[in-house]
Amino acid sequence: MAKLEIRDVSKVFAGANPVVAVDAFSLTVADGELVCLLGPSGSGKSTLLRMIGGFERPSSGQVLIDGDDVSRLPPEKRPTGMVFQSHALWTHMNVFNNLAFGLKLRRLPAAEIRERVEKVLELVGLAGYGQRLTTQLSGGQQQRVALARSLVLEPKILLLDEPFASLDQHLRERLREEVRDIQQRLKITTLFVTHGQDEALALADRIVVMRDGKTEQVARPDLLYREPATPFVAGFIGSMNLIEGTVHAGAFTHGGWTLPVPVADGPATLAVRPEALGITPAETGSAARIHRVTDFGTHAIIDIDLPDAVRLKSMVTDARQWQAGQSVALQPAAFAIYRGNAAVYRNT
Amino acid sequence: MASLTADRRIDWTGIAFAAALSLVIVFPLLVVGTWAFTNVWRFPSVIPQEFGLKFWGQTLARADVWSSISMSLTLATVVTLLSALICLPAAYAFARLDFPGRNLLFFSFLAGHAFPKFGLLVAIAAIFLQLNLIGTFWGVVLIQLVGTLLFMIWIPVAAFQSVDRRMEEAARDVGATPLRVFWSITLPQAGPTIAAAILLSFVGTFYETEGAWLIGAPQIRTLPVLMISFINNQPVIQYGAVLSVILWVPSFIALLFARRVISSGSFARGFGA
Repeated sequence: MAKLEIRDVSKVFAGANPVVAVDAFSLTVADGELVCLLGPSGSGKSTLLRMIGGFERPSSGQVLIDGDDVSRLPPEKRPTGMVFQSHALWTHMNVFNNLAFGLKLRRLPAAEIRERVEKVLELVGLAGYGQRLTTQLSGGQQQRVALARSLVLEPKILLLDEPFASLDQHLRERLREEVRDIQQRLKITTLFVTHGQDEALALADRIVVMRDGKTEQVARPDLLYREPATPFVAGFIGSMNLIEGTVHAGAFTHGGWTLPVPVADGPATLAVRPEALGITPAETGSAARIHRVTDFGTHAIIDIDLPDAVRLKSMVTDARQWQAGQSVALQPAAFAIYRGNAAVYRNT
Repeated sequence: MASLTADRRIDWTGIAFAAALSLVIVFPLLVVGTWAFTNVWRFPSVIPQEFGLKFWGQTLARADVWSSISMSLTLATVVTLLSALICLPAAYAFARLDFPGRNLLFFSFLAGHAFPKFGLLVAIAAIFLQLNLIGTFWGVVLIQLVGTLLFMIWIPVAAFQSVDRRMEEAARDVGATPLRVFWSITLPQAGPTIAAAILLSFVGTFYETEGAWLIGAPQIRTLPVLMISFINNQPVIQYGAVLSVILWVPSFIALLFARRVISSGSFARGFGA
């Protein structure tokens, strides 16, 4: 039942060299939706999350939860629950007291506190762990307790700040599935910050790609991968060959290689996914040459060098017919042409 | 095998240092300890002619010994409490707030220890004379308070700084006010290190001699001041020796406690280790 609206929020860190961490950012997260903020370090995604949680004050703009402006409220007065990257569990309390702390502040009767804590512990798969010290738990268990500590208060908005960054790959995958299950079961409006695209693609209803405090693109995960709006998103999500060149007389050219495109003359960037870049054997005179073949069993990645040292990647199903040094011809099956910061042509 | 023997090589330099240190520290302690339990020990005998508790009885029968013990305990308690009351909030401010002159103020606490102590004490005594604080309990409290400032500011500052800010934010997030966060999260997290600082200033105050002597004498007589006058004015060595042994007690308790704190790592953590 909770809608989150972020209206034109900016954050400028004052100082000798003022830093604009978030720049006129707007986003609406629907009730029960899980939105991922994805971007490289320093793109402003954590600062934005901290402004929603109340730990940073916006320099301008508003944060609304269910229509109420919470921009000026301190964290303890906001209906948000935050899970920190470092879990930030209180090491001088056991698991039960970590979870019960917020409930005690709300002066709930002891019996109800016990009941709610036990219910949430069960939800995160830690039933019976109440009396353990947080230091006796594994990294994954600690992160589950941190999640439970937020969930037990039934916040309107759940905020997760790279919660799995300190865990190993295997555990990260398992936990993100659990978080997704819990989020869908509770139908809790969630904002999730990550710099891992796998995590964003696996979890999100929608992904916001951020760069330098601004939105690059907001889209569903499948759309983000197939139709990246800008060269930055194209390069950031998945693997992408980005080739700078020029369009002249209806053909994109780069170092002697041409590709017909229906685009006006001028500079352009060609974007081709490795799986969409087909290759065929060519006579020795061809400009493209295989540098390395990496066989992953299910597929192989072929590194191809162009004469001007630009390196492309092509994904093929069978590695055995290719070897280093071989000349190849390039045949992009699906590609996009970018000019400025926008796509001007897509061949899908 | 070669590496094994190499690992077992005897560290003669280390042993020599350890032996020299033991000689310098342990030998005088042994001599004083022996004197305290000696009834008769005359030259040229190497060990006492007669052991016994005769002088313990005589020392502990003196009213001035008991009054100075209670004076020392009262002083150390009052000074430590006042110091905690003044220094802990200040330390929190130094650790967490940014205000003009912060660094200058912070390092000013070193000043009291950067100059010859006695010169400083004499200068303060001159001021206290005008304020009629010489020979009073609160005069001694004030002078001893100055001595505790460095420990009671610097160690808690390090302790507060080492508390994870995210822990405090998480507490705000679940609904705690800043004051509640300090009471329920920050203080318990910094607790063991702060306890060590309080212990250090208690013991330090208990043994403080120059200030107590210069400002308090002769009305205010702490145990160390009494011991000095025993050693200077009494022909009987045993009185001073017995008092020395009594004076070991607080530092012995402090050591036991400090061992627990230090071995838990929180003391080192307080210093950013």
